[in-house]
Amino acid sequence: MRVVRAAGLPLLTFVLFVGVWEWIVRHFEIPPFLVPAPSAVAGAFVRGFAEANYLGHAATTAFQAVAGFLAGSALGIALGVWVVVFPTAERIVYPYVVALQTVPKVAIAPLMIVWFGFGIESKIIIVALVSLFPVLVNVIAGLKSVDQDRLDLMSALSASRWQVLRYLRFPNALPFIFAGLNTAIVFSVIGAIVGEFVGANRGVGFLILQANFALDIAAAFALFVVLSIMGVTLHAILRWIEGRVVFWAKAEEHFRA
Amino acid sequence: MTETALSIRDLGMVFRRGEASVEALAKVDLSIADREFVAIVGPSGCGKSTLLKLVTGLRKPTRGVIMLYGRPVEGPRSDVGIVFQSPVLLPWRTVLDNVLLPADVLHLPRAEYRDKALGLLELVGLGGFANNYPQELSGGMQQRAAIARALVHDAPLLLMDEPFGALDAMTREGMNIELQRIWAASRKTVLFITHSIAEAVFLADRIVVMSLRPGRILDIIENPMPRMRSLDDTLTPEFGELVRRVRVLLGGQGVAL
Repeated sequence: MRVVRAAGLPLLTFVLFVGVWEWIVRHFEIPPFLVPAPSAVAGAFVRGFAEANYLGHAATTAFQAVAGFLAGSALGIALGVWVVVFPTAERIVYPYVVALQTVPKVAIAPLMIVWFGFGIESKIIIVALVSLFPVLVNVIAGLKSVDQDRLDLMSALSASRWQVLRYLRFPNALPFIFAGLNTAIVFSVIGAIVGEFVGANRGVGFLILQANFALDIAAAFALFVVLSIMGVTLHAILRWIEGRVVFWAKAEEHFRA
Repeated sequence: MTETALSIRDLGMVFRRGEASVEALAKVDLSIADREFVAIVGPSGCGKSTLLKLVTGLRKPTRGVIMLYGRPVEGPRSDVGIVFQSPVLLPWRTVLDNVLLPADVLHLPRAEYRDKALGLLELVGLGGFANNYPQELSGGMQQRAAIARALVHDAPLLLMDEPFGALDAMTREGMNIELQRIWAASRKTVLFITHSIAEAVFLADRIVVMSLRPGRILDIIENPMPRMRSLDDTLTPEFGELVRRVRVLLGGQGVAL
């Protein structure tokens, strides 16, 4: 009952929005190559999956996004731990990381295609580069923001640097790391699409370019829907994992008080 | 005469920050016998927490020597257990795993110490809460878990830094009775820091009264009242007289208490 009531209002506004959109397009006879009617988008969506293998292309894009996200995040976590455990490393490595970050990834995407080809490898590397930074920044912040009391507790037990990392700093950083991962997963879909725009023969980005060239705007809209379903699903999966792993994070504020 | 657990000779501590320097402790001499319960009471900023930090080895004194069981303190030692002002439990570990933290850090056999930890949780009245997370416990229960953690690695000396300062008056009285029981059952030596005169008199065999900065020992008052003491004992003239003597000593400091 509560679910129905909670979902009721958003559903009603959605139906209203789509209805008004459909009416405007029909009433003012807006050409379909400018703004397609929702019914046309729905038609393109169904046709795409039935005839144009949208599922296969979406799987390619999703695979590139997830693989790149995993690689970039793993690298971000490893680099962050390294930089915090060895402060000299921070002074040497961090300027390069910041320099890399200030270069828009769109600008280096063509280079990645040249180096790693038209296939999925180049996209995975682009996605990894995009995912790396938000994770790295949060890992460093999380590993460093430890209560002095907790550090004193570990020092009083003569804990080694690695024990402090294992028993205190790393678990303490997990809520921060997930904040970084949540940003990275959104960036990862963007990265995959950018890679496909620059050069690909598969994937949702490739299909969007094709649809635009053919002025098949209804298909482009249908592909936007595919992308947002993909993004929302990946984000939801990550939030679910986050809830399992950092189950204490919500209680933390209350706990400290 | 019993064995000496802790002996402090001519201890002095000066904090320097740039040009300014603050003398926190001056000429502190104190000996604590094995299995003795000694409370240190003094106004805020009298350096009693500094004294405790020096005994733990977390800070180094400017002057003087601290001997623990015949060996000078040169850094954190595993023969002391510490209870801090706040419980400092790790929210990602269950109550049992929090109690086992010293065993993990000191590479003690977990299987063996698991039983010991469960026994200690029983002792501090948390028998049914081993698998709960700290944030599910009240403040008083969290501090009990912290006491169990300080006892788990068989340290003969327990250092307690205003452990009940954050608790409400009712819980605090209850914890004082519990602590007396735990102390008697575990046969530990306790050095207990507090700013509550009544708490110091209730718990201690000897009450060390400290002066305002720079902290020095004004007097050490023996408490001959027999164990186990009950809350009714706090209403006796004998108890009142001890409280009065401490208060007079502190009153001479011009401190409102």
